[in-house]
Amino acid sequence: MAIESGQSNSALTTRLQQAVNWGRKYSLWPIPYGTACCAIEFMASVSSYHDLSRYGAELVRFSPRQSDLMIVAGTISYKQAPILKTIYAQMCEPKWVIAMGVCASSGGFYKNYGTLQGTDRVIPTDMYVAGCPPTPENLFHGLMKLQDKIDRDGIVSSEDRHGARARVEG
Amino acid sequence: MSERLVGALRAEFGEAILDSDDHRGDHHVTVDKGRLLDVLGHLRHREGCGMLADVVGVDYPDRPERFDVIYYLRSVERPEQIWVRTRVEEGEEVPSATAHWRSADWHEREVYDLFGVPFSGHPDLRRILCHHEFEGHALRKDYPVELGQELQETEKLFSDHDVARAAHRASLAQNPEGQGDEIAATDLLTINLGPSHPAMHGCLRAECLLDGETIVDARAEIGYLHRCFEKEAEDHTWAAVMPYTDRLNYCSPMLNNVIYAEAVEKLIGVEVPERGQVIRVIVSELSRIIDHLVCVGTNLVDMGALTMYWYTFNVREAMYQIIEGLCGSRLTTNYARIGGLSHDLYPGFEEEVREKLKMLEESIHDVVKLAARNRIFLDRAVGVGAISREDAIDFGFTGPALRACGVEYDARKMHPYLGYEDYDFDIPTGEDGDTHARIMVRMAEMIQSKRIIEQALDRLPDGPINVDDASVILPPKEQVYGSIEGVMNQFKLIYEGIQVPAGTAYGFGEGGNGELGFYCISDGTGHPYRIKVRPPCFPIFGAYAHLIRGGMISDAIATLGSLNIIAGELDR
Ligand code: SF4
Repeated sequence: MAIESGQSNSALTTRLQQAVNWGRKYSLWPIPYGTACCAIEFMASVSSYHDLSRYGAELVRFSPRQSDLMIVAGTISYKQAPILKTIYAQMCEPKWVIAMGVCASSGGFYKNYGTLQGTDRVIPTDMYVAGCPPTPENLFHGLMKLQDKIDRDGIVSSEDRHGARARVEG
Repeated sequence: MSERLVGALRAEFGEAILDSDDHRGDHHVTVDKGRLLDVLGHLRHREGCGMLADVVGVDYPDRPERFDVIYYLRSVERPEQIWVRTRVEEGEEVPSATAHWRSADWHEREVYDLFGVPFSGHPDLRRILCHHEFEGHALRKDYPVELGQELQETEKLFSDHDVARAAHRASLAQNPEGQGDEIAATDLLTINLGPSHPAMHGCLRAECLLDGETIVDARAEIGYLHRCFEKEAEDHTWAAVMPYTDRLNYCSPMLNNVIYAEAVEKLIGVEVPERGQVIRVIVSELSRIIDHLVCVGTNLVDMGALTMYWYTFNVREAMYQIIEGLCGSRLTTNYARIGGLSHDLYPGFEEEVREKLKMLEESIHDVVKLAARNRIFLDRAVGVGAISREDAIDFGFTGPALRACGVEYDARKMHPYLGYEDYDFDIPTGEDGDTHARIMVRMAEMIQSKRIIEQALDRLPDGPINVDDASVILPPKEQVYGSIEGVMNQFKLIYEGIQVPAGTAYGFGEGGNGELGFYCISDGTGHPYRIKVRPPCFPIFGAYAHLIRGGMISDAIATLGSLNIIAGELDR
């Protein structure tokens, strides 16, 4: 790039990073991974009254190839976990994950033989939203926190961002 | 009326009926395992108990014959039901009732999965709720509640061999003479509808073999939302199970709350005062309306009718506001209590409900006007996913899906509870048992629910909402903070739980999707010994593969929507 000449690399990278992150954080394309009761509240969050799109996550896509934000809404059972992993793997970089509700965050009040104790056991998770189910406002708060986080991110893939942890947990 | 059945069985089978008992009006007979199928067949063909509504397993680790397997049979014409029990040792086989009913298929698989009781003659004895690599049997008393087992890969439902056979059958069906092109196994496309698919309503899975757009063969698989309700219940006090019931059918949590409370009250032998009962009726019917609105709205979206979705969801939002006002949350209501309700109605409740019911009527009117003669809707719904009356009973259908076939079975009329016998309402039925009939029955039921609520509001009496019994209901807060008895009472009820007398009771009612029941066994401690839910969705989804086989893939989606399968309740 022509711009590069005469300037130090790092200064340029920082600015580019800001510009890119600014774009990324306000054009999130969520894919709902709804399994249970939280998915019903997710529907309320995206429909007209609460309207998630006001925060820059307008287009809900049902295809992992077209999305960069996975919102896991609901309980993940051990039987479901491999499917969650596959769908996460099908999303293109960069990508983020919000665990909506206590079930997705930690298993919630299902501490038992069938329930995965949090999505972070199988996929890297960026934000945990409390509540059973979380109110739409709560979810928006989580989304805005995620946007802050994206702002601080480098322009690297989430594989790098999460790589260390993902490798430890296999 | 059900004593008659016990007498008839004794007369017919004599010695083979080992024992009979009557738990608060629920008649059980214990039969010799060798005659089990004869007894079940007799009840089905001679005594009119046409439906196998559930199969319950119970584990008694200290007994030599460790397991009870209990078949719950009912008539859909008369208020008659009976439980047929047989006892088996570890590893001993029970003859499969699939010889008599198709509904036995999934029910027995569940008992096999969770208790490890094998069934001889069962066509497809696999795990159903736990995953295929799971080891041990989760509902046995010696299986630790928290011992999870990870799974790396999802199971395939069709082997190569199955695909080849399906292709062969499809070719034969297309050219019986053996002329024309063979359909090769490689021509068939295997697709997974679900468990994470935007058009599936929740995490349900159906693997389909497609020839073009026609479904040559299909298999349904469940358990992706198995949250171990029944095991969790054994680990909690009776009262602490209530929040878990919210999350069974999360489209109509109030109905679950109320019916669960009714079941435990039946076991304890208390009855809620009239005001409590009337309020329970009101919230149940509101919940039914919300359930039907969601079902109809999303079903129509599946067929491309987005306008109707907004019409139904607007009213639903309005109804949710009532629920939220009443218990502080929209979904997870946790409103009923064993022995009453958590609190009384809020001021202005009655006016608000009346006003919103008017809204409901308008919106139903609008939706019917848009749909009733709409060519696209009719093409997509009439004759699609149809099931005959006999098949529906055979598969264990209840609720709107059964009534759409013209069977007038509704628990509110046949076995009135909560004083439903005093309300004036009709049971809408359909004729053809197809998607169209199911939607129309639901629309008509909402109008009936509205009638019930209006009558309930008219008669809403003053008075207490809870039973006057300190061993069941928490003391009022003034007493807890003001007297030592109050503190003690609160402490004991919370820590030790309500002391439910030992025994068995089946409490049930009409849920959003059909007969919702809780089969409760108490051993006299503060914790349930066993709670078996009879989820209306379970047998209905058991017929799903049967309903979509041979149809178009797009019809499979329309059919599913009209069945209103809720995964939380299906998998528990
Ligand atoms: S967090 Fe609560 S509302 Fe959400 S899926 Fe879990 S149980 Fe349901």
